Amino acid sequence: MKYVIIGNSAAAVGAVEAIRKNDREGSIVIISSESHHTYSRPLISYLLLGKTDENRMKYRGDSFYSDNNCEFLPGRTATKIDPEKKMVMLNDGSYVSYDKLLIATGSSPFIPPVKGLDKVRNKFTFTTLDDARKLESVLEEGMKVLILGAGLIGLKCAEGISKKKVKTVCVDLATRVLSSILDEEGSGIIKEHLEKNNMRFCLGRQVARFSEDIAILDDETEIPFDVLVIAVGVRPNISLLKDIGGRTNRGIIIDERCRTSIPDIYAAGDCCESYDASSGEMKVMALLPNAYMQGECAGMNMSGADYVFDRAIPMNAIGLFGKHIITAGVYTGEVYKDVDGENYKKLFYSNNRLNGFILIGNIEKAGIYTSLIREGTPLDSIDFELICRMPGLMAFSKEERASRLGGMVRDSIAG
Amino acid sequence: MARALKDIKIKPRIRIEEKDGISFAVSCRHCHEPLCVKGCITGALTKKENGVITIDRDKCIGCYTCILCCPYGAVSPSEDGAIQKCELCIKTAGGTPKCVDGCPNGAIVFEERGE
Repeated sequence: MKYVIIGNSAAAVGAVEAIRKNDREGSIVIISSESHHTYSRPLISYLLLGKTDENRMKYRGDSFYSDNNCEFLPGRTATKIDPEKKMVMLNDGSYVSYDKLLIATGSSPFIPPVKGLDKVRNKFTFTTLDDARKLESVLEEGMKVLILGAGLIGLKCAEGISKKKVKTVCVDLATRVLSSILDEEGSGIIKEHLEKNNMRFCLGRQVARFSEDIAILDDETEIPFDVLVIAVGVRPNISLLKDIGGRTNRGIIIDERCRTSIPDIYAAGDCCESYDASSGEMKVMALLPNAYMQGECAGMNMSGADYVFDRAIPMNAIGLFGKHIITAGVYTGEVYKDVDGENYKKLFYSNNRLNGFILIGNIEKAGIYTSLIREGTPLDSIDFELICRMPGLMAFSKEERASRLGGMVRDSIAG
Repeated sequence: MARALKDIKIKPRIRIEEKDGISFAVSCRHCHEPLCVKGCITGALTKKENGVITIDRDKCIGCYTCILCCPYGAVSPSEDGAIQKCELCIKTAGGTPKCVDGCPNGAIVFEERGE
């Protein structure tokens, strides 16, 4: 069996580890545009902060490819798939043939069409190790940095470069920060926290045009800058499949076995659109745990198992200047709210199910809430009032606790 | 005991839940399908061949994705920024985890079970 994986990040690694559980013999080829050993992209902000380094950023150890008997093709980009001949063309003119193919191409930064952007000299995106290294190489103390985008990437970038003692202004069309993962009140708390850490914001605004190193906003405010970081969002890399008539929307559409609409072609990770168990909708859920688990699911099915992954939900854990945020699911339904000093909690529920939650500050045991969403636990089967106040296993029935903590085995031995 | 611990902050890797006269200990279950390991963004959490899920504290940057993922609430922040959880301490504790050794009620046991 010839397995080919396009991509070299979490989804690809998940696939390799799954394939090797079932098939030690088949060949695995990994095609990677980047020339680095597999590394964790979300760590690039921690790299700039000095909290990690290129060696510790490696997502798997140095012997990962040899341990798993993979042929690693770094610095090569897949340009076209021929689904009839089952071949992948590469940018160096060569091709690789496959029996089972995984597309794990991730996403790319979206560059908004703003007048004068092409004349801006120091402009960067912030999603790859090379991006981070390039940005780091120009930063000097006291520089003015303009970040377009107050989402996860823009704010983590701001935190990362804060070590360089730069002055950061963040512009976003949304009227609040982290608008994709927080509600209005939560956004307010985080914005205030970021401002205390010397960030400045122009929200509800966009750049109308650039005049060399000055951004002119839609209200004619002028923001001079030395360095521009573009972090307005990412787009799934879907063209390889779209070009051959595969089913795509914003992302590559995959089913619960991570199959695309084309036989023997699977897809996983940030390039995909898949079922969101919290909302019941198809969504791009570009986050690392889902990427790994989709890759794993694809790998299992590619190597002959019948494996379903249908529990993906949007979820995030993010820390900014020492303040931690954990969120999951969708924010619809009735609301339980608990604000206690620095800590902020909201739970959203309806129809006997937890739909989503937001925790800022105290994030302990958040995974118990996540599991209620992921598993669709009926809220009348637990002590919901108790679990609202404090996530814990005490809220589950004695039988459920026994099963979760393994007591059933002991009971049966004792009995 | 209480006097000895006065002013000393302890961050236990095992948590006791208590309510209405019921109490039980929760520690890492070392799951067969560990969501913390699959979700770990750094590769710091791994399941070793002996089944123990361990933390490479040098790699961990304290993003708390594992806390987001763990359905038992068995992973928690630690003083130094990395996360902490039960790693079974069987090497340092001479074959039996310390909590098992020290539980006066024999309420914590160390044994292999199916999932």
